[in-house]
Parts: sequence; structure tokens; C-alpha cells
Amino acid sequence: MTGPADLVFYLLAILTVASALLVAILPNIIYSAVALLFSFAGVAGLYVFLSADFLAATQVLVYVGGILVLIMFAVFLSSRISDVRLSNPVHFSWQAALVCLALFGVLSFTAVSTNFPVKATVSSQPTTAEIGELLMTRYLLPFEVASVLLLAALIGAALLSRPERGTAGTPDMEEP
Amino acid sequence: MSLDKLLVISAALFCCGLYTIMTRRNAVAVLMGVELILNAANINFVAFSHYVSRVIGGQIFAVFVIVLAAAEAAVALAIFLRLYATTGTVEVDAADHLKG
Repeated sequence: MTGPADLVFYLLAILTVASALLVAILPNIIYSAVALLFSFAGVAGLYVFLSADFLAATQVLVYVGGILVLIMFAVFLSSRISDVRLSNPVHFSWQAALVCLALFGVLSFTAVSTNFPVKATVSSQPTTAEIGELLMTRYLLPFEVASVLLLAALIGAALLSRPERGTAGTPDMEEP
Repeated sequence: MSLDKLLVISAALFCCGLYTIMTRRNAVAVLMGVELILNAANINFVAFSHYVSRVIGGQIFAVFVIVLAAAEAAVALAIFLRLYATTGTVEVDAADHLKG
């Protein structure tokens, strides 16, 4: 079948893959971060096509709104913007390109040539209620473990990024 | 729009992320490659959940992967800032303090 839905799907696929390629090859890391934004947005669109509406919203909120802002902050805080070319040299490595192209060929050939037991399509339903119910019943233990992990990551990140205190004996607020 | 097209898209994302990890020196760019690879895995989870199994467990897996990616990004970026304060650069080659 061909129609507007297929056209939008192909546009999203091209957006996602082309942006990911730009992330890999662009010399300036700020341009790479912006390309990563478009790649994440394209993946969110693909989730909509797979009738995963909750996951698409989560992707936009967490990846585009959270992780990408974190990455931007790290880029701005950790590299001198004026000589970004010096801080982020990109080396074209034909060995790496060869390995990646070969892997892509193998993976694509496997994906296309395998007969997956695809079931008939059903009409897409909203999934948020079902995900919430499953998280509170069947997947309760992973849910709680994930919350503890997030707390640990929060404390760890705050502890790591805190400015260094002076060691005992050399107080850092010492008068000159 | 079918399963194999989505798998090809996911393979392309994975290979772009792998190339990014292998060629970049900047640690933040390496983290971008890791995020691309996690997205590729998520597309696979959701695609198989939608086309093959017809239950929603794959989407729950994808939600957990997103949670792990967020935690990993926060801790990794804190480490990068500390590395920058210590060595003045965020190149992965500079972080060899534990080498004997």
C-alpha cells in the first residue's frame, strides 16, 4: 500500500538515519548535538507509527528535553567553543567505516531474509493505561529497582560534579 | 512500513553510533554514539512488540531502557566535568590515570 502514511514513514526514516549519519561525521560537536536532536525526534515519530504513543511522548520528554540538554551543557562547559575544531578532531578511519558498513550489510541482510512470524495488524489502541497497569502489577519489582537506581544516579552525579573541597589540613577558604 | 524496514533503520542507527564511538576522541561525542545505539535497540524492542508478539512487554522494556539511558547520561556527564576540571580536556585518551 502506498499513501500519505507511507510517505510520512519514509520521510521520518530518512530524517532519523541522515541525522544519525551527520552525528557520526560532522566535525563540530555542537552541530553533532543538533543533529542528534533531529535523530531523536525522528525515532519518536517512528514510535507513533508503531502505535506506542506513551513511548513517543517519553522519548520527546526524556531524550529531547532532558538528555540532549545535558549533552549541550556538557559541550558548553567542557570545550572551548572558539577552538572546537581542536577539542573535537574527527578522524576519518576507513577501518572503522569498513567494519560498520560490513556490520550494516550483515544486519540488513539478516533482517530482510528472515521470515518473522508477523501477526495480522490490529487497530492501534492507546497504550498508556496498559503500561501503567503492567508497571504496577507484573513489572513492579523492576519499576522499584529503577527508582532506586535513579536515586543512586542522582546522588552520584551531584557528588561527582560538586567542586572539589580542600583536603583536611588545607582549608579551601583560607585567607591569603 | 513493515518489520524489516524498521529493522534496517535500526541497523543503520546502530552502525552510525558504532562509527561515532570508534572514531571520536571527545568523550561527549562518544556518549552521543552510545545514545544512538540505545535508540536502535529501543526501535527493535518496540517493532518486535508491535509486529510479532502483540503484547506490550516490549514497550515496557523500552521505557526501562530510556530510564537507564537517562541515569547513565547524568553520571557520565558528571564524570566528564570532573575529568575536564582535572585534566583540562575531555578526550578519552587523556583519562589514563588508572594505568599502571
